[in-house]
Amino acid sequence: MIELKNISKSFNGKQILHGIDVVYEKGKTNLIIGASGSGKSVLTKCTVGLIEPDEGQVLYNGKNFTAMKLDDRKEVRKKIGMLFQGGALFDSLSVEENIKFPLRMHASMTEKEMQDRVNFCLGRVNMSGINDRFPAEISGGMQKRVGIARAISLGPSYLFCDEPNSGLDPGTSILIDNLIKELTEEFQITTVVVTHDMNSVMEIGDHVIFIHKGHKHWEGTKDTILKTTNKELSDLVFASDLMKKVRKLS
Amino acid sequence: MKILQNIGEYFILMGRTFSQPTKASLIRKQISFELNSLGLGSMGIITIISAFMGAVITLQTASNIDSALIPDYTVGFTARQSMILEFSTTIIALILAGKVGSNIASEIGMMRVTEQIDALEIMGVNSASYLIVPKILAAVIINPFLAIWSMFIGISGGYLVAEFSGVVTTDAFIEGVQLDFKMFSIYYALIKTAVFAFIITSIPAYYGYNVKGGALEVGVASTKGVVTSSIVILIANYVITQLLLI
Ligand SMILES: Nc1ncnc2c1ncn2[C@@H]1O[C@H](COP(=O)(O)OP(=O)(O)OP(=O)(O)O)[C@@H](O)[C@H]1O
Ligand SMILES: [Mg+2]
Repeated sequence: MIELKNISKSFNGKQILHGIDVVYEKGKTNLIIGASGSGKSVLTKCTVGLIEPDEGQVLYNGKNFTAMKLDDRKEVRKKIGMLFQGGALFDSLSVEENIKFPLRMHASMTEKEMQDRVNFCLGRVNMSGINDRFPAEISGGMQKRVGIARAISLGPSYLFCDEPNSGLDPGTSILIDNLIKELTEEFQITTVVVTHDMNSVMEIGDHVIFIHKGHKHWEGTKDTILKTTNKELSDLVFASDLMKKVRKLS
Repeated sequence: MKILQNIGEYFILMGRTFSQPTKASLIRKQISFELNSLGLGSMGIITIISAFMGAVITLQTASNIDSALIPDYTVGFTARQSMILEFSTTIIALILAGKVGSNIASEIGMMRVTEQIDALEIMGVNSASYLIVPKILAAVIINPFLAIWSMFIGISGGYLVAEFSGVVTTDAFIEGVQLDFKMFSIYYALIKTAVFAFIITSIPAYYGYNVKGGALEVGVASTKGVVTSSIVILIANYVITQLLLI
């Protein structure tokens, strides 16, 4: 479980996050939605400590992460898997070495065990057989999927995915959503997913928070979101004709 | 003020770089990679430049000596001293600052803007140490060898000029090269080279590591890294020379 208490952050005098409180439960997929530039990525980076919040605290299983020293933070971070918005694969390493990297750092595995783990993770994201390619040689969507494979290679307790299905075709997108949900439930992971994809919201939104101009503007589930009366949330969710039809049907 | 801030940030980064070492097995692989790319990768340019500089110094010295009072061996002597004391150390360092420095700043800067450095941090890796230590160590180890190579090639270039242009006899040239040779000048050159190696890797690394923004800022960081390390090399050259030779 992760708890955010009153998280605020400004850059160059401009306030991006305004006192955000939220609880991410274990074994659930927690979704962050919001318009582009609303502060979703900044909130996620504050949660994992890549950006220091100006105010507020982040608690991992009740322990105050924000106040921890670097060494203690490292211990928490070993249990975090993260997919970055741009993939953030290491350019100079092959796909296989990218996925092996966290294993080399923290696991005491033999080469054979690591190899098996790499193949297993690549299989889970439907990317078997691209072990020897380099990030520059695969498409953006493939990079995303390798990024997910890397994020889950150590078997994380906390999984953060910043737009896991942007740049993916609908079929692959659903595959990734299902993978995230399966892993979350199977291994009781605390999962946080930033997304723009309403399809994902409907598929895996156990818990959804809506960020609007740096405020937590709404909180609910995939079931309550269709009935929302919140103006800004409706504008975001029902922007497309398809979603308008879905609302009518429900 | 900006300068003071940069200096402060630079030393903080160096503190972080050398405080928490990364797993040895990971670093070792990186070092051998960097030894290859920094060392072998620079051999070509150093060979060409050193050969021509040795040749030109020989020609220049020979053609500027008119007086019969100045012995012929002065040409070889001058070529040797120029190569060992300044050319193979300072000038080569300035050239490598351009080549290696821009490379390091843009590589690390690109990793910063594409969130690869964040990814390292999330994995519990001290990104500063993992990225910067192998580059600094590799350069400090390999550059003294490059300097020796440059001295050898430069003096050989001078010898070939003596052989083929006839501005001075090869016997006189060799006599000059051997004249009054002090081993200390080699030590002085190698110490300088090691210090310069630290400068041309760590300063561009600092600029790359602190990039904010995108590809444009990476370019700016690369330029700043090269310019700053070149200036620092010249200052360090003065200071070291004052300390060691005077
Ligand atoms: N390091 C930073 N320095 C200054 N401003 C920043 C920084 N990071 C983000 N911002 C600003 O914070 C705001 C929110 O950015 P953020 O990346 O969180 O948006 P987002 O909700 O993730 O958008 P998107 O859906 O497009 O990814 C933006 O206005 C951005 O310019
Ligand atoms: Mg974002």
